[in-house]
Amino acid sequence: MFHIYCPYCDEYREEEEFHPSGQAHLRRPADPANSTDDEWGGYLFFRDNERGVHHEMWLHAVGCRKFFNMTRNSATYEIYETYKMGERPSVTAENVGDLKRQSGVQAETSGWQTVGARPESESLNEEEQA
Amino acid sequence: MSNIKEFDCRPVSQEGAESPMAWTHQHHESRPAGPNPGVRIAEKAFLGHLILRGGAIVLDEAVRDVLGIALPGRPNTMTQNDAGTHSVQWLGPDEWLVIVPGGEEFELEAKLRKALGDAHFSIVNVSGGQTVLTLSGTNAREVLMKSVVYDVHPSAFPVGKGVTTVFAKATAIIRRPAEDHWELVVRRSFADYTYRWLLDAAAEYGVTQERA
Repeated sequence: MFHIYCPYCDEYREEEEFHPSGQAHLRRPADPANSTDDEWGGYLFFRDNERGVHHEMWLHAVGCRKFFNMTRNSATYEIYETYKMGERPSVTAENVGDLKRQSGVQAETSGWQTVGARPESESLNEEEQA
Repeated sequence: MSNIKEFDCRPVSQEGAESPMAWTHQHHESRPAGPNPGVRIAEKAFLGHLILRGGAIVLDEAVRDVLGIALPGRPNTMTQNDAGTHSVQWLGPDEWLVIVPGGEEFELEAKLRKALGDAHFSIVNVSGGQTVLTLSGTNAREVLMKSVVYDVHPSAFPVGKGVTTVFAKATAIIRRPAEDHWELVVRRSFADYTYRWLLDAAAEYGVTQERA
């Protein structure tokens, strides 16, 4: 179980109260009628499937019932930060390595985001190496 | 004044009125209480519940004027008058729950609408949709510890706090208006489940049910 910090309730709450709601920071085409199929289809259906740092929307479903954003690592499940809707993330894929080094945590800047994320058995990792 | 049609959904006579607990009470015999019950469960039926939504600053002014209670400013807190009859609880950054004695809610709604004028707000009377269960006694906290994921230790849950959280497999608003006194605001459809869960969880401490 995770403790997730709800930026609206201003405290850590149980994971059970939350619901993930997909990728954050999607931009709706300003003029849907004149957008190309690629633009509109991309907005509606196509989502990033990041390995590593990922910005997501979450809903505090049993609680204040507000959507908020979360930056977390999709490989290690580490939650870097949560922030309110409309705000910009302070942790991104570009700066996460620097932040990790500053806080004294060993990190890689590409591939596996943290050393601890590497599976103990190398055979599990074959696809990655291929 | 907002251009909203208002009507009082509370019947003039309360004769024959049934709270959400009615079905439970009809179908389950009251268990005999032990000599020293650790938990007392009661229902505060037929109270007036209003959901206020809007900006905190505008609502705060109106609620102070009409009810004489400040809107709780910090998340997960509640304010009440000295007698404990009227309360306002924070539910979300733009949502509050007002609970007043039954019969006062319609008048209160009208007064609030008048005080708020043309501001951007919403008031919904949800009195029929939920009910209040009270939990008291020396073992009340143990019963809650078995039922909710939220930390109910006094250091994390002081008097005056109120949270919406998972209760058993349902949802409930849990609040602590006084030192040894907890309130659960439950949805009408979860009332039977919640009540019977409480009886089951409290059985080992001895439980008395106060029926209206």
